[in-house]
Amino acid sequence: MTARIGVVTFPGSLDDRDACRAVQRAGAQPVELWHDQASLRGVDAVILPGGFSYGDYLRCGAIARFAPVMGELTEAAARGLPVLGICNGFQILCEAHLLPGALARNAGLHFVTRDVTIRIENDTSAWTRQYRTGQDIRVVLKSGEGAYMADPQTLARIEATGQVLARYASGNPNGSLREIAGIVNEAGNVAGLMPHPEHAIDELTGPSADGLGFFTSALRAVAIP
Amino acid sequence: MSHNVAATAESPVQDTVAGAAATPDRPQPFAALGLTADEYARISGLLRRRPTDAELAIYSVMWSEHCSYKSSRKHLRQFADSAPATDVLLAGIGQNAGVVDVGQGYAVTFKIESHNHPSYVEPFQGAATGVGGIVRDILAMGARPVGVMDALRFGPADAADTRRVLPGVVSGISFYGNCLGLPNIGGELAFDPCYAGNPLVNALCVGVLRHSDLKLAAATGPGNQVILFGSRTGPDGIGGASVLASASFGGAGEGAKRPSVQVGDPFMEKLLIECCLELYQAGLVVGIQDLGAAGVACATTELAAGGGTGMRVRLDSVPLRDASLGPAEILMSESQERMMAIVEPGQVAAFLNICAKWDVQATVIGEVTDTGRLEMTWHGEQVVDIPPGSAADNGPVYDRPAVRPASQDELAANSPALLPLPASGPDFRADLLLLLGSPDGGDKTPVTEQYDHYVRGDTVLAMPHDAGLLRIDDQSGLGVALATDGNGRYCQLDPYAGTQLALAEAYRNVAVTGARPLAVTNCLNFGSPEDPAVMWQFTEAVRGLADGCRQLGTPVTGGNVSFYNQTGGTPIQPTPVVGVLGVHDDVRRRVGSGFRAEGASIVLLGETRPEFGGSLWAWLRHGHLGGQPPRVDLAAERALAGLLATVAARGLVVAAHDLSDGGLALALAESCLSGGTGCVVRSPADAATFLFSESAARAVVAVRPGAAGDFAAACEQAGVPAQVIGTTGGSNLELEGLFSVPLDELAETHRAALRNLFT
Repeated sequence: MTARIGVVTFPGSLDDRDACRAVQRAGAQPVELWHDQASLRGVDAVILPGGFSYGDYLRCGAIARFAPVMGELTEAAARGLPVLGICNGFQILCEAHLLPGALARNAGLHFVTRDVTIRIENDTSAWTRQYRTGQDIRVVLKSGEGAYMADPQTLARIEATGQVLARYASGNPNGSLREIAGIVNEAGNVAGLMPHPEHAIDELTGPSADGLGFFTSALRAVAIP
Repeated sequence: MSHNVAATAESPVQDTVAGAAATPDRPQPFAALGLTADEYARISGLLRRRPTDAELAIYSVMWSEHCSYKSSRKHLRQFADSAPATDVLLAGIGQNAGVVDVGQGYAVTFKIESHNHPSYVEPFQGAATGVGGIVRDILAMGARPVGVMDALRFGPADAADTRRVLPGVVSGISFYGNCLGLPNIGGELAFDPCYAGNPLVNALCVGVLRHSDLKLAAATGPGNQVILFGSRTGPDGIGGASVLASASFGGAGEGAKRPSVQVGDPFMEKLLIECCLELYQAGLVVGIQDLGAAGVACATTELAAGGGTGMRVRLDSVPLRDASLGPAEILMSESQERMMAIVEPGQVAAFLNICAKWDVQATVIGEVTDTGRLEMTWHGEQVVDIPPGSAADNGPVYDRPAVRPASQDELAANSPALLPLPASGPDFRADLLLLLGSPDGGDKTPVTEQYDHYVRGDTVLAMPHDAGLLRIDDQSGLGVALATDGNGRYCQLDPYAGTQLALAEAYRNVAVTGARPLAVTNCLNFGSPEDPAVMWQFTEAVRGLADGCRQLGTPVTGGNVSFYNQTGGTPIQPTPVVGVLGVHDDVRRRVGSGFRAEGASIVLLGETRPEFGGSLWAWLRHGHLGGQPPRVDLAAERALAGLLATVAARGLVVAAHDLSDGGLALALAESCLSGGTGCVVRSPADAATFLFSESAARAVVAVRPGAAGDFAAACEQAGVPAQVIGTTGGSNLELEGLFSVPLDELAETHRAALRNLFT
């Protein structure tokens, strides 16, 4: 049976189509989920894609966290459903308190589109088990508010518990604390990533095919024995 | 469904049709609205009474230069009259944008438009709404917008005002385009003192549709309903079309023509895009028009004129953001993110349901009639009753005097032949680094990295390649390539040849990727048409483009004219920007511009002559602009493009880069830097011509190792001169016996050019 991975579209989501393509490329079946419907339609994992949900007015992700779809998502995440927030999706997961910390305006105050190398720091999460800790991969960063911020206690905690998922390894592009590019919750099923792995699934349209591992990792995580 | 902000009780008494007939001598502020006394008399003549204030608002915006093309229309006819025979055009000039058949049931629509004046007044919002406007033009054709480009020109990079305008323009484009989810796949960034008081911001959008999805701006079917949807109407940009876009920036204190720029909401536009596409798919749209310059006035007159029908509109039904607006202001408002659709009565409910799903406000404001009149009421009183064609299509047409200025002779006589050429290796090295480190030749990354070029996942080539390349079909690999080019210096020397050179360069930029050039759009940026010298430049440019398109077999599908680009009495250099669209049969066989592998032989294609007139080298090294621009040879361009498509399809080349500004020297440096591999090149005796001449119809390619024989045969068959000049490899750009520059030094010089723009 093919795994079914949901991709949520909020008003203003932009990379939803790309996330679906990556899911398909990984060998799973993408399922479109609509922000206004509470049901997750029985999917095995969920991706919150990049974009500018609700125009990112007020604060990135601040309105999306109240969307009807987020209710069941929060409950399912607590039960272990793999959830990946990419870029705006990461911001939404932080706003929803499913992940610690927050994303702030880039240090240079400008939107940055750049191919970046990130180093995988945790290869046991639902979204990174296809990688090795210490592995460098090439993905796409494209965001205006991508600087990861957290208070010192939170930073110390997520470092100690292995919740730092990936760090920028080719210079800090946006002022993220400790070069953090992505984090995961303590249980290892809810991950947030500022760069876009779904834009690195083939060399024709991206800097590499390295990003595919996030999606094949989820396939392994939800595999029915 | 919408609610309506009722007119306030203290609304002034409206100027009705009956009232206008009864008070023929009431003075009206036609001059402040930008109409001449003759034009005002003409309106009164065709209505057989004075216009109401609301009617005057309609005519003032529709007969503005920006909307009516009154000074250019006579000349633009050449694009249609002398168009090459073609069967690729599904919709042409006169529609919101031209539509081109690219095969496999797909069509592509694309157009470039200026937003120069608003971007000078308010750089961020001016540029942002420029993107928004052109995207809605594409959407209105029934297409999904899939990419944008921008062609930008500013004053000197270190001028104080450039530091005000440029960062704002770039942020505005970044903000709006990124938030819409449209990849920005290329464009231009150039600097010249002539743009210091009048920057050029030209935005291009491209969209994709199936042939059967084509939509036209026509209100057909009497009884059909007129629905306005999207943002509510506010006081922004009122009079922008007539007052702002159609008059030069004069001295201070011109309160009567105080411009006002619109404010953009890309989130609403994103919803509008998805909403429209769902409405199209459900078959609920009979006709559609976007609201841009001149807002409701333009959409209603053009839809009714396009359908050959009439229309009755209740202006008090228009949802407002500012309840104090009256009919004239509603008609002229340029509030962004609005569309107008014609819908069958039985499908209105389904239409409104889809709008509600996307949180897009939609309001029925009128209906199509068979009267041939555009009639509008305000709380039951008739305030407009005109034949729609009189505003939309049959405005004034001027045959303005065009005189070649005597200064052209002085320019031509100032030949670059007397300029001292670099003589020694260190001279050549210094001149290369001068070009590479200049704002024009420098690394544009500080600008382009603010644009998302990855979104939608179909971008195969973007900056810094010669053209943007988008995949259209995942399975077949069908794609489209797009490039825009313009060169004010060439056009200053010879507007006819300069425009053809812009066309040829865009055509060549598309061809180097392996695509076949197919069709043309253009944005003609000029000074005041009331200046006979400017009008001469304009007529020469149009004639050059029409002749060039015929010879290249690429029809003009549409475009835009921007006049009055001047500060006081000084016009900008004539700057026609030409966009060329090509079709790529298989984007997996695309050719990029970078040298990525060692050991490929480097071949210079085309003929190189000592041509320095208008060149970047002459300008930067000597501050010289004179003589003749490079010779135009469109037959050679065609042969070169044919060759490039063939060798790409056969996989014979691993890199190809167009030669233009800065000649071979700059092209080699760019190919080394973008691919990360050096090269060793041998120059013939005349190294200055070899390195810095800007002869047209040339490209430099890296031939796949082992394919040299096949490649040479292909060149011979195509009749394209080919000269092996060196080999890729190493970590230097080396000209044997002349100079060598390490790639690190090249990169540092290149990057430093624009590094300080955003700090």
